[in-house]
This record gives sequence, structure tokens and C-alpha cells, in this order.
Amino acid sequence: MNQNLLTIASIITMLPLAGSLLAGLLGQVLGRTLTHRIAIACVGIAFFMSIYLFNALVIQGVPAIDHVFYTWATANTFHFDIGFLLDRLSATMIMVVLFVSLMVHIYTIGYMADDSGYQRFFSYVSLFTFSMLVLVFADNFLLIFFGWEGVGLVSYLLIGFWFERESAVVGSLKAFIVNRVGDLGFLLAIGAILFYFNTLNYHAVFQQVDHVIGSTIALTPYMTIPALTLITALLFIGAMGKSAQVPLHVWLPESMEGPTPISALIHAATMVTAGIYMVARCSPLFEYAPAVLSAICLIGGTTAFFMGLLAVVQFDIKRVIAYSTISQLGYMAVALGVSAYDAAIFHLVTHAFFKALLFLAAGSVIIALHHEQDMRKMGALAKRLPITYLTFLIGTLALSAIPPFSGFYSKDIIIDAARMSTIPCAHYAYYCVLFGAFVTPLYMFRALFLTFHMNDRTEHHRHHVIHESPWVVLIPLILLAVPSIVIGQWMIGPMLFAKQTILGESIFVLPEHHVIAQLGEEFHGAAYMALEAGKTLNLWLALSGIVMAWLFIVMLPRWSVVLKKRFAMVYWILLNKFGFDAFNQRVFIAGTKEAGELCYKVGDVAAIDGVVVNGSSRSVKVLAHVMRHMQTGYLYHYALAMVLGLLFFVLWFVRG
Amino acid sequence: MIMLTEYLILAALLFGLGIAGVIINRKNIIVLLMSIELMLLAVNTNFVAFSYFLHNLAGQIFVFFILTVAAAEAAIGLAILVVLYRKRGSIEVEAMDRLRG
Repeated sequence: MNQNLLTIASIITMLPLAGSLLAGLLGQVLGRTLTHRIAIACVGIAFFMSIYLFNALVIQGVPAIDHVFYTWATANTFHFDIGFLLDRLSATMIMVVLFVSLMVHIYTIGYMADDSGYQRFFSYVSLFTFSMLVLVFADNFLLIFFGWEGVGLVSYLLIGFWFERESAVVGSLKAFIVNRVGDLGFLLAIGAILFYFNTLNYHAVFQQVDHVIGSTIALTPYMTIPALTLITALLFIGAMGKSAQVPLHVWLPESMEGPTPISALIHAATMVTAGIYMVARCSPLFEYAPAVLSAICLIGGTTAFFMGLLAVVQFDIKRVIAYSTISQLGYMAVALGVSAYDAAIFHLVTHAFFKALLFLAAGSVIIALHHEQDMRKMGALAKRLPITYLTFLIGTLALSAIPPFSGFYSKDIIIDAARMSTIPCAHYAYYCVLFGAFVTPLYMFRALFLTFHMNDRTEHHRHHVIHESPWVVLIPLILLAVPSIVIGQWMIGPMLFAKQTILGESIFVLPEHHVIAQLGEEFHGAAYMALEAGKTLNLWLALSGIVMAWLFIVMLPRWSVVLKKRFAMVYWILLNKFGFDAFNQRVFIAGTKEAGELCYKVGDVAAIDGVVVNGSSRSVKVLAHVMRHMQTGYLYHYALAMVLGLLFFVLWFVRG
Repeated sequence: MIMLTEYLILAALLFGLGIAGVIINRKNIIVLLMSIELMLLAVNTNFVAFSYFLHNLAGQIFVFFILTVAAAEAAIGLAILVVLYRKRGSIEVEAMDRLRG
């Protein structure tokens, strides 16, 4: 049985790689149709195999399998292994990743139909899927880092897919560089783990946690912190980079320069959740670092609320969704911070579906309008794009946490968990996520109204007939809309409150942090929860968000103008994204340039060129100049020198 | 009674004069030659003085040799000088700085 599952897992992983290589290397030979057929077949087969894996590991409850396929390197006592960990968490993640990936693969046929880089695109998407699978299946920190960097690389390639555009190149570079900051933290964490635990294997590390709890590390001679706190803080810095938490979120809006399918797959549904997944995976470490959990709450709460606010002033439809992604990632981080790891993964799953749906629906609008992304040039598309409208509406309702859509369950649980939690900063996080629940419907319905309702502001309608996208685009939308509606009610019981939860022993929570268990006492089934929603503040905040959006956008557009003028300062701050970009530009970019200039002028020009290279020749020249002028050519000068020399030696002789 | 010291002092004075002539003289190369002769004679004086006071004739015989060589040298030197004058039209020491670096 185990061998069987391992074979399946390795096939699942290798199929997208094979698809990627075929599409990438032989794409021109195979032609478009064959390329996408091969790539989709690879991912499709992998997806169905992942269902089998999920069934075996989660439903039938086969115990976790940790198997090393190959030892990459051995250094003294360290083994750097290529090994897979098949357990409940990885099986769940894999299924979600492959489902969204499959949908995106299919959707790409329609979206990229007239793009010259068709085969290249399929190659990248499959390569991304492979990297993500490695990231999830990895059984040690080195292999997860491989997958981690792999998805980062593919993300870079895909954001810069249209490399003729300058903004795409800049965006891809920004994403890559900001991610490097997080990766540095992750890498240091891996080093620290190797130092303290002498191994990188998850299970081995988690078993030794007890021995390491007591260890401390001196950051400065006067400041000593527990080693686990340092390790988890560094791990979370890694997660912050990948999962776009403040202040390392700046790359995610820029990543919208990539094609929309990619925004859906990488920058909404899967890659950005890698950080969340990694923290959940390392829950046995994080549980013993309460200070870091508080920090996660703080950062997650800030991300959830304040990044949501930014979406309200954006006019690019993809950027609105991008900021909402950052905000939702903040929710997941809050869930991690209050030790509700299951809830974080739950929200990750539901979010993957409805966010992919929203992006793909937005992409469908963009296709219909011939690559127009500005919402000011849309409007009244509901009748002309009925299926797109319906699916977008479902996604919006799910994201806005309206019962009984999937987002309602996962988000409500996070808000409640934050309310129950007793760790420091959880209170702050609670208010952030609570008011975030008001902001989310505000910007989402704003986007919905601007795009699909109101007057027609499109520029194309005189020349082109706007028609619904082809079926290859609509089918993924419909297939994603279904889980966006139902998955919340299906999964909430088994995921969080069942005796044997879906993630089960993959997650470790200390009894005193166990907020989910406390919530479980109040839980009486999904339907009941939806009916009871009216009693909580969350729903009313969400509804008022919708009303606000309707009021300011549809009913009284003049009010929003007045508001803009009245609160010009606030509007300006939001428009400038709280100045993160400006700060990075001024401090880090200008600072780096300045430092580079300094190094160039002092180090290179002055020290190396001036002193070492030119300096040595100049000193020879100066010395030669002096020596040359001593050679006067006059006999009497030489005679004098001789006499003086003689006198000197005589004196020396007499004295000495 | 004149002692060895007085001779040596005299020789040293003559030698110093010769050196001063070589160093200070900037005009006439003939004076330069004369100064060198003077230095040679100062050395000769030493030879003779030591020879006398140490009762050893070798010094005095050596002086004859030196005088002979010096005469030959003076002849050659003057001959070169004449050629130099013909070549350059001047025997100023200051003008002779072709070795200047």
C-alpha cells in the first residue's frame, strides 16, 4: 500500500515536469493543439491520481508516509535527502493545487489563444505545478526550499511573460527581489534548524523540539532569545515574502503584469499560499514560540485590514483582486497566529477556489474587452457576459463571506478564532479581521458594480460586438464556481470539528492555544452556522459593506467624489499605498544606489583605481621624477655626491 | 722640527682645495684639470711624507710613477679638451650636461 502510494506521488510530481519539458522543448515541433493537449493531459492525470491519494490518506486514514528516494549529498553526519512526506496536509494541498492548475491549464487555451508565446506559457505553467508539488510533498526543509525557489523562479518568468513591456519586466524583477528578502530569512532558518536539530527532516525535527526548547541564542551580548523563537521568526520572514505579508507585500500588485491565468494560479490560489502552508507544516515549532505567534497576529491583522483598504481606490480590475488576495492572506496569517492552523488551511482551500474563480472571471472580462483592464472603461457587461457575470458574482459573494458561500465559513471561523484567542495581539488582529470583513465586500462589490452594472463606458462597443468568452474559458469558471459555493459547508465539519479532522495529526496545537476546540463547542453543523450568521457582527458588517458599495458607486456616485475631496488626505494615502513603495524607493533603492555610488567612488575609483592601480604607477613616476632630477649631468654634482658619501662613510667608520 | 702631522695637514688642505675647485668651478674645464692635478699632488705629498718618516723608499718611487702617469693624463686630457673645443666651441663646465636625466 505504502509503496503504491509513493509510486503514485512520484508520478504525480513527474507528470507536470514531463508536460513542461515537452511543451518547452518540443513545443514548436508539436504545434499548439498537441502542446496544450499534452500539458493538460499530464496535469489532468495527476489531478485524478491526487484524488486517489487524498482518498487513501485522508478518508481511509493511511498513516503518514515519509520516504527518502535519493540522497543528494552526504556531509559528515548530514544527509540532504530527496524524500516525500505523504500525509493529510500534503494530500489536501496537492489536490487543491492540481485542481486549480488544471482549470488554469484549460482556461489558458482560450485566454492565450492569440499569443505568440503559447507553448512557452504552457511550459511555464506546468513547471510551476511541478515546483509547487515538490514544495508540498517535500519531507525536509531543503527540498521545500527547492520547491520554494522553483515557484519563485516560475513566478518571475511568468510575471515577465510579456517581456516586451517595460512594466512587466519591472514587475517581475520587483517580485523576484522582494521574494529574495523573504528567502534570506527562510535560508537562515534552515541553517539554524540544521545547527540546533542536526537534521532537516520534518519528523526528526519535530520530534526533537523538546530538546531544543531550552536552548537560547545570544543575538547581542545583552539580548538572549530562545532558539525556537529565532528559527520560527526567520521561517515566518520567509513566509512573509512568499505570502505577501506587510511589509513584503509590495510585489504582489506588481505581479498583475503577468497574464491573467497566472494571476489566478500563482498569485492567488497556490504559490502565495506556500508561506501559509509552510507555517502550518511547522506548527510543532511555532507552537513553542508564542512571541512569534503574536507577531504573526500583528502582521497578519495589519495585512488583512489595511491592504484591503487599498483595493477600494484601485481602478485596475486585476489590482483590486490582487489587493484582496493580500488581505485574505492576512486572514490566513491571523489564523496561523492564533494557532488555528486548520482554519488557515481551510481558508487557503476555499480562497484558492473563489479567488481563482474571480481572477479567471476578470480575465474573461478582459478578453471580451480586448485586454482592457481599467474598470472606468467597463460597465453594463452583465447582460452581455452572463456566465462570466454569474461566476464573478459567486466569487464575490464567497469572498465577501456571505452565507452559505464557502468564504463565509472559513472567514467566520478565523474571525471567531481571533476573538477567542488569548495570546497578545490577538485582540488587535480580531478588530482588523472584523473590519476587514466590512472592507472586503466594499471593494469587491465596487468592482462588480463598476464592471457589470451601471452605464456602458466601454470604448469598443461601436466597433466590436462584446460577446461571451469561448467555452474553454467558461468551463473552468463553472467548475470553479461549484466548489466556491459548496466546499465551505462540506468541509467545515470534517476540516475543523470532526473527531478525526482532515489534517489530523499533520497539525500540532498546544492545548492552551486550541481555539478551534473551544469553537467546536459552539458548532452544530454547517447549515445551523449559516442560519445563525445573523446573530454575529460579521455578517452585518459584510452586508453593510455591500450596501455602502451600492450607495457610493451606483446610487450616489457624486458622494464618492465629495468624499474624495473631503478626505483628500486619506485618499492620497490610499492611492500611494501607505507609502510602502515610496519608502522602498527612497530608502532601499535610493539607499542601495547611494551605497553603490559610495562604494564606486571610494572603493573603486579612489582606493582601487586611485591608490592601487594608478597609484602604483604614479608612485613609480614620482620616484623616477625625483631620481631623474638628481642626475644633473654636471661633473661637480657627482663629485660632491662622492665626497659627501665618502665623508659619511668615514664618519660612520670613525663613530661606529 | 716639522712633523708628519704638518705634512698631512698640508696635503689635506691641498686635497680639499682641489675638491673645492672641482665642485665650485663652473666655468673653465682647464681649471678642473688643474684641480685634479692638485688633488693628485696632495696625495703625492702624503706619499713622500710617509716615505720619509717611515723610512721606506717605496713611497717616493711610487710618486715618480704617479707623476709620469699624471703628465700623460694631462696631455691626453688637454688633447681631448682641444677636440671638445673644436666640436662644441666652448669649454664651459656648465654647458656639459648631456648626461642630464
